[in-house]
Amino acid sequence: MCKAINIRVAGFGGQGVMMTGQLIAYCATHDNMFSLWVPSYGPETRGGTANCSVIVSTKTIASPVFANADVLIAFNLPSLTKYMNMVVDNGIILYNSSMIKDPVIKSGIKAYGIPVNDIAVNLGTIQVSNMAMLGAYMEFSGLFSDQTIEKVLEKFLGEKKAHLLGINKQAIQAGREAMIQVKE
Amino acid sequence: MAKQLMKGNEAIARAAMLGGLDAFFGYPITPQNEVPEYLSRYMLEEGKVFVQSESEVAAINMVYGAAAAGFRAMTSSSSPGIALKQEGITYLCGSELPCVICSVMRGGPGLGSIQPSQGDYNQATRGGGNGDYHVIVFAPETIQETIDIMKEAFDIADYYRNPVMILVDGLIGQMMESVDLTKPVKKRFLPEKDFATTGTNHHSRRNVVNSLYLESAELEAHNLALKKKYDKVIINDTRYELINMEDPDYVIVAFGTMSRVCRSAIETLAEKKIRVGIIRPISLWPFPNRAFETIDAPHLKGILVVEMNLGQMLTDVIVANNGKYPIGFYGRAGGVVPDPSDVVNAIGHFKDLVVK
Amino acid sequence: MEIKYKKTNGLTDTPLSYCPGCTHGIVHKLVAEVLAELGVLGETIAIASVGCSVFSYKFFNVDAVQAAHGRACAVATGVKRNLPDRIVFTYQGDGDLASIGIAETIHAANRSENITVIFINNCIYGMTGGQMAPTSLIGQKTTTSQTGRKADVHGNPIHISEMFSQIEGVAYLERVSVYNPRQVRNAKKAIKKAFTYQMEKKGFTMIEVLSSCPVNWGMTPVDALKWIEEKMTPVFPLKVFKDKGEEANV
Repeated sequence: MCKAINIRVAGFGGQGVMMTGQLIAYCATHDNMFSLWVPSYGPETRGGTANCSVIVSTKTIASPVFANADVLIAFNLPSLTKYMNMVVDNGIILYNSSMIKDPVIKSGIKAYGIPVNDIAVNLGTIQVSNMAMLGAYMEFSGLFSDQTIEKVLEKFLGEKKAHLLGINKQAIQAGREAMIQVKE
Repeated sequence: MAKQLMKGNEAIARAAMLGGLDAFFGYPITPQNEVPEYLSRYMLEEGKVFVQSESEVAAINMVYGAAAAGFRAMTSSSSPGIALKQEGITYLCGSELPCVICSVMRGGPGLGSIQPSQGDYNQATRGGGNGDYHVIVFAPETIQETIDIMKEAFDIADYYRNPVMILVDGLIGQMMESVDLTKPVKKRFLPEKDFATTGTNHHSRRNVVNSLYLESAELEAHNLALKKKYDKVIINDTRYELINMEDPDYVIVAFGTMSRVCRSAIETLAEKKIRVGIIRPISLWPFPNRAFETIDAPHLKGILVVEMNLGQMLTDVIVANNGKYPIGFYGRAGGVVPDPSDVVNAIGHFKDLVVK
Repeated sequence: MEIKYKKTNGLTDTPLSYCPGCTHGIVHKLVAEVLAELGVLGETIAIASVGCSVFSYKFFNVDAVQAAHGRACAVATGVKRNLPDRIVFTYQGDGDLASIGIAETIHAANRSENITVIFINNCIYGMTGGQMAPTSLIGQKTTTSQTGRKADVHGNPIHISEMFSQIEGVAYLERVSVYNPRQVRNAKKAIKKAFTYQMEKKGFTMIEVLSSCPVNWGMTPVDALKWIEEKMTPVFPLKVFKDKGEEANV
């Protein structure tokens, strides 16, 4: 990696937006890279939109904020609409095609629709849709190994939620496979 | 030691414990809540003192009591809460009690917002308490630097018997970054706390912690002794970083989060063949006047002060510059965090930003 | 020669700075005697407040911390939480405790901080020159209620002990006075009980002492003592409001 990767993740509250961003940052730290995660934060109320940004780099990270993202991960249409124009030329967008149908994407940007809600529902719970998206991004970027994400997830879930490790891993794998299909 | 990903506020809390924190007192306020939340768990686990106070005023006065008893005490808050603590801060300075105050800045004035800001530069460096006093203020730019300074903060406070403030904005408090908690920090010889009120059975003379001197001559002598101490801080603990200062076209002065944004901006500017250096004050009081004496730049067109406020550190830069170079100012307020492209644009429009 | 009476070593040799006839001196002596009799002078930290008793740190022969106005109970919390085996007490007037410091005091009581509060109620701000206090009586003339305190203008006198008797964390709470020798002896007993409870780690203890301010009341010291008995005690009855130790023994 020659330059820092700026990633923006956005969606509805409850779609696992913050967790997706955090897991990318945890994986990067685990692999001895520098990483930085910035949440949008507000009063402690639930619902509404959520977004966060992640920077992953092999060098020390300077600015914690960026205008345009290299990668946008959008879980719903309002997020895609809001942040689409804040993606660099030649940037990429991963969007939730279960909720966003045939979006118009500006030229120069590659967009990949991953049906993460459908993937998650097929596995038995909508709650792992963000893990399917994480799997898709891992497949696209080649950034982290399965071992890395497994170790990070184990720690993230802790003992209380250890029983969820299996389904999360399945969702990541399914997301990877979906990405391979979409890329072809 | 492997790095770990940590939230700024939690890193502040952990680093305080690594720095020897004995007692924490605080009141909830966003965006610093994770500091007391974290400590409420881990301090009690280690058998140390944690009290959620009934108010900010009570918290700083509990710190006063704990510090008087000879313990390493701390409080943390955000802008309106720090405003309420000013009373206790001047008492701590007047009674020469060491403590650490963490200030995680949000937008103001008044209730303002809870978004990141540097609007409390004046509050931190000038303060709202009464009398001739100074708080030693450090403004780290990364979570790593926050940890390193926090770990050293109690030593500095004990060394000078004076409050030390760690000043960050809400972004540093809320973001997560890879950090190393084990980085060694400077150790210094610390005087014994022979002032502590622990009961006369436990030391040789009767100890009184007090800031009241009704005789003018007595108070003036106390003021002069404090002044002497502050002069020592200026000589020994003024901190700053010079970045890319070889023959620059422009010099940016920025602290905290803003200096990181500027670091990215000057890389873009270098690609455009514009050489820009940065003076980054790490201690805001004492302000690094001497950094400006070292500027040796025959092609320097001016100094741009960049802050997340409408020009507070600017006043200190104007004094330090002493009329030598044109000074421009670019600032955003209200919780807006400029990104590197904003700073690049500001350098491009330097002439329009010059402070008359 | 046999020594019949001598000053307690709970007080320093510094002359008291109180006005002639003021009962602060009596209460100082009682607190100092109690600490000496309990053998805890060397284990005690006094928290001085702001008001007439601002200099109490000079008079009690113990370590002392001078607190900002109203914050004595917060400062005491900071000391006691770190030194749980020491004796910590605050000495506060009605302006300091019942006005600007009421929040700190209520919450220290509610947390059942194991400290003792000596609360001097003399219905007036003494040090600043006789302004109305939250405890001033209806009709009482002060420099800020010059035609007398009126309930609809100034509010009613605040009943601190009655209020604090409702707080779960309070272990011992009594209102006493020092207007005659019998009351002085009773006050000492109450103060001793409060400190004993603190040593037994029973929780928050407070002794409200109805006290006089001849200078700002515009009376002779003798008339001032009469005024406590005749005017103050009907409004502020002397009694034990709470005694957790007694409750436990029942």
